[in-house]
Amino acid sequence: MIALIFRDLRIAIRVGGGFGLSLAFFFIIVIFFPFAIGPNLELLSKVAPGTLWIGALLACLLSLERIFALDFEDGTLDLLATSPLPLEGVVMAKALVHWLTTGLPLVFISPFLGILLGLQNISVLFLVMSLLLGTPALSIIGTFGAALTAGMKRGGLLLSLLVLPLYIPTLIFGAEAARRGIEGFEIQSSILLLLGVTLLSWAILPFAAASVLRINLR
Amino acid sequence: MSFWEYANPVKFLKLSGTVLPYFSVFAALMIISGLCWGFFFTPDDYKQGATVKILYVHVPAAFVAINAWFMMLIASIIWLVRRHHVSALAAKAAAPIGVAMTIIGLVTGALWGQPMWGTWWEWDPKLTSFLILFLFYIGYIALWSAVEDPDSAADLTSILCIVGSVFAVLSRYATVFWNQGLHQDASLSVDKEEHVADVFYYPLLVVMAGFVLLFIALVLLNTRSEIMTRRASALVARRKV
Repeated sequence: MIALIFRDLRIAIRVGGGFGLSLAFFFIIVIFFPFAIGPNLELLSKVAPGTLWIGALLACLLSLERIFALDFEDGTLDLLATSPLPLEGVVMAKALVHWLTTGLPLVFISPFLGILLGLQNISVLFLVMSLLLGTPALSIIGTFGAALTAGMKRGGLLLSLLVLPLYIPTLIFGAEAARRGIEGFEIQSSILLLLGVTLLSWAILPFAAASVLRINLR
Repeated sequence: MSFWEYANPVKFLKLSGTVLPYFSVFAALMIISGLCWGFFFTPDDYKQGATVKILYVHVPAAFVAINAWFMMLIASIIWLVRRHHVSALAAKAAAPIGVAMTIIGLVTGALWGQPMWGTWWEWDPKLTSFLILFLFYIGYIALWSAVEDPDSAADLTSILCIVGSVFAVLSRYATVFWNQGLHQDASLSVDKEEHVADVFYYPLLVVMAGFVLLFIALVLLNTRSEIMTRRASALVARRKV
């Protein structure tokens, strides 16, 4: 499993595109919001947590298709399915790599984007924390969606249609935690709920994704 | 003689063919009589005026919209566990009906909300979770239509339905957490305390029963046509060989 993680990481970094692409996409989405809403910093700082969360969601979505598509095409996935590593483990490794290559970099640049949108010092931290706790859920849910559409020729649009509704709880709790933190309310409950969603997703979705993959590999 | 006998498509077709007319007629009778009763023979509400009568469509539609998903969940689990094709097809058949009911619920709610709350739409937990339910239905139907192999499609959608149920419930509670509501609490429940007044209650019950019958009739109809379509395509495939 660790070997698989390193292999996928190497592919993600060396074979162009995947790694930086979703990060750049995130960046663009977020800096487009001021263009759409207007340069009023006060207003922007109000919508900043939501903006960053939506940006993170879309950036995640963009890179989902490549989680299984290449491995499915060249038969790697068949080999992985017959290897001693259970398919659930493969799914978890894939989701982890997806998080390391999209979620985590996104968390790192979010404070800078937060400042661009007019968030002040400490409130950026809440945003970072909510993204840090929430993006793993986005990755594993997305991996499930990618597994569902693994065999399809043009699964891209369908993938977003399937995955986005599943993102709702994460989005609500994550953006709520950031917003409450920034506005100075208590955040413990929303943080805990966000963490709950993340852990629940990681607990159940590897099984669902693996069974879906088995169906698609039949 | 067990319930599972009807997992056999032939037996299912036979039985459903016999009962379908009864369900349809009773559904029509109950909906028409319930609506007439509700519209013409109940008083206007002292606060809501005549708009209260939207209730007779809104509540049953919403009730069926939610329970259609629930029925799909059960049918999906039965398909995954026992591999009865009728079950998978019934789940497929229920989805478009669920969508229609969700839309009816949302639209009638908006029509009622405009004079009563002064707005067509409010991001209230109940309204929002209905919108979310709608999204889940859309995804489910889209997946059915995207997968070519019928058995794989049934498997994939079943798993999506189960996972979706978990996340739909999560979303439901997330929306409550996210925004305190404007929508009134359940107007029907098993303990009598929360009921709407009896004058409205009895016609409502009749319409609801009618909607449930209508749902069953439509599911049977859709499932039957699905089975027949499959047979037809099997025949075509055989002739080609």
